[in-house]
Amino acid sequence: MNKKDGNVGVTPGIAKISTRNVNVYYGDKQAINDVSIDVDRENVTAFIGPSGCGKSTFLRSLNRMNDTVAGARVEGQILLDGEDIYASGMDVVQLRARVGMVFQKPNPFPKSIYDNVAYGPRIHGLASGKAELDQIVESSLTRAGLWTEVKDRLSESGTALSGGQQQRLCIARAIAVDPEVILMDEPCSALDPIATARIEELIHDLRGKYAIIIVTHNMQQAARVSQRTAFFHLGHLIEFGETSDIFTNPREDRTKDYITGRYG
Amino acid sequence: MTGTALLFLVLGLGLIGWIAGRARAAAFVRSAKGGPRGTVNSLPYYHGWFVAICAIAPALIFMFIWQSISPSLVTNMVLSAPAAADLPQEGFARAAILSEARAIAQGFQATAFQDGSEKLVPLYEGALSYYKWIGVAATVLLLFAGGAFAFTRIKPDFRARSKVERVVMFGLLVASLIAILTTLGIFASLIFESWRFFSMVSPFEFLFGTEWNPKSVVTPGADNGYGAIPLFWGTIFIGAIIAMIVAIPLGLMSAIFLTQYASASVRKWMKPILEILAGVPTVVYGYFAALTVAPAVRDFAVMLGVSNAASDNALAAGIVMGVMIIPLVSSMSDDSIAAVPSAMRDGSLAMGATKSETIKQVLLPAALPGVVGGILLAVSRAIGETMIVVMAAGYTANLTANPFATITTITVQIVALLTGDQDFGSPHTLAAFALGLALFVTTFFLNYVALRVVKKYREAYE
Repeated sequence: MNKKDGNVGVTPGIAKISTRNVNVYYGDKQAINDVSIDVDRENVTAFIGPSGCGKSTFLRSLNRMNDTVAGARVEGQILLDGEDIYASGMDVVQLRARVGMVFQKPNPFPKSIYDNVAYGPRIHGLASGKAELDQIVESSLTRAGLWTEVKDRLSESGTALSGGQQQRLCIARAIAVDPEVILMDEPCSALDPIATARIEELIHDLRGKYAIIIVTHNMQQAARVSQRTAFFHLGHLIEFGETSDIFTNPREDRTKDYITGRYG
Repeated sequence: MTGTALLFLVLGLGLIGWIAGRARAAAFVRSAKGGPRGTVNSLPYYHGWFVAICAIAPALIFMFIWQSISPSLVTNMVLSAPAAADLPQEGFARAAILSEARAIAQGFQATAFQDGSEKLVPLYEGALSYYKWIGVAATVLLLFAGGAFAFTRIKPDFRARSKVERVVMFGLLVASLIAILTTLGIFASLIFESWRFFSMVSPFEFLFGTEWNPKSVVTPGADNGYGAIPLFWGTIFIGAIIAMIVAIPLGLMSAIFLTQYASASVRKWMKPILEILAGVPTVVYGYFAALTVAPAVRDFAVMLGVSNAASDNALAAGIVMGVMIIPLVSSMSDDSIAAVPSAMRDGSLAMGATKSETIKQVLLPAALPGVVGGILLAVSRAIGETMIVVMAAGYTANLTANPFATITTITVQIVALLTGDQDFGSPHTLAAFALGLALFVTTFFLNYVALRVVKKYREAYE
């Protein structure tokens, strides 16, 4: 693999999402510098790196959530199944239905549990009737490992659940529209260890069904849940490879320093 | 010596006390320099303030009290003189003579018109000057006593700072109590006058009667034309229905535009302009309603084929009132929409919802309690609004839902009842207080509910 900046993450073969020479700016400040990476569908990919390294920024540009930030600008190519998501013909609504997102802090809508999960299918017209919608809600909650806990109180408010349950509700909400990719932005940082363990289990279960990209601060978590890991530092992609290689045998000194806790 | 001169004297002596206290403290601060830390508790100017406060506060409080009790002391002194013995005993003539004598003695009036007031003038002059000098002497004495007491307490370890802090706190407390006590006072006077009204006109007639045509002489038990239902209806129809039909959608939409769609630069000039709208005097809205909107509405009604459209119609007043309320609804909604965590909005956008879907399905439901609170405040503002309806809505009580008809409101009738040539005890005047009480209770209730709703909502997100 070419060590030159900008080609670090390029992996030959079919990728679900591939980016080429992506730069992201917030106003005058450059947050991401020449990042090229290929993320495949079968594996869970972790983005790690010290705070402010741009990993969340990069994640948010993969479903164009940076569009909502005033002054944010993305250069370069981001391809989803070979299609440029920043091309003028790309419909953001369609894109986000294909690339779902789970946020750092659980953010269920102030609606019932049922309506939270049904939100996406309703918006995108995925169900043709009440029975079908019920079916989608049940299967999404089941996949998110929440069904048995909430099946008797679907009409209660989603905000009344515990933090961990809320986060699983958000995952259920994301998978209800049957996305191809799920982006997770530090999904466990607001949760206690038990809830974290349940989310990690869930990520294991979801692997293979969706391409999953998870941003995390927690290196043990990256090691536990991911098969591939990308290390970001100061807006650059430093190293990308098999998780086991990154953690046991990093090629770059900066990666090694970070993993061994020398900084970050 | 006049009251103003005395006041300046007190303040001047207080200033001297301040300077003296500060100088005395400064002396030991200088001598303590270089010594162990903490030997001097407070900075010199705190000592100065302590002396000034101890000197001025009791003197001012005494002046205030003396102001209110000295007139009766003066009167008592005059009445106890033998020359006052042949005054008429009846209240009115007696009071007239006394007040005239006092006015001449104080120089407000040149000559006497009432028999017998002339000879009381010297008595008044004597009594007034006697008590005035007592007041001045006591004030100055208190001032020096307070100042001297404070001055002797100035020592390096004296905690002047915390004493002054406590006075500051007390001053702030008094300032905040004044608003509350005023409200209570207004409420009490409304209750008292309404009570007098209801002893003449039955509350049942007032609250449930449908005919408003108040007679100036009331017959107990009969129908006196004090049925306030048409006024209540008119107030609700104009303030809570027509005005809100205008203000709620426009205010809400402008808030949505400003928070969600407008770019920062557009928001920067648009929001202040909207807020200026809230500062336009309501009498100006009144002109606008009466001279521009009302004729236009009548012409429109005639065009529609409504034959009985009045020129002072409810619709014109309601529309203009609604426009007046837009900034209130808009800024309350703006605040509560902006207070919805952006994570909520991002969550919805990340699901592939469009901006308007996000607003309709996530932001507005989450902001609803705040929006409802804003609307309730707006309603309470609208039903208490006077100028617009006085100028544009007319004076005829009318129980109708026809927006082109003349309708009157509670506030208009209060103005009409109080500007008439009626004496203070007449049922007309007292009816104004009963109407005021009804309005006060309603707006108080609306404000209370609105604040509760808003507070509950805040708790849900923090």
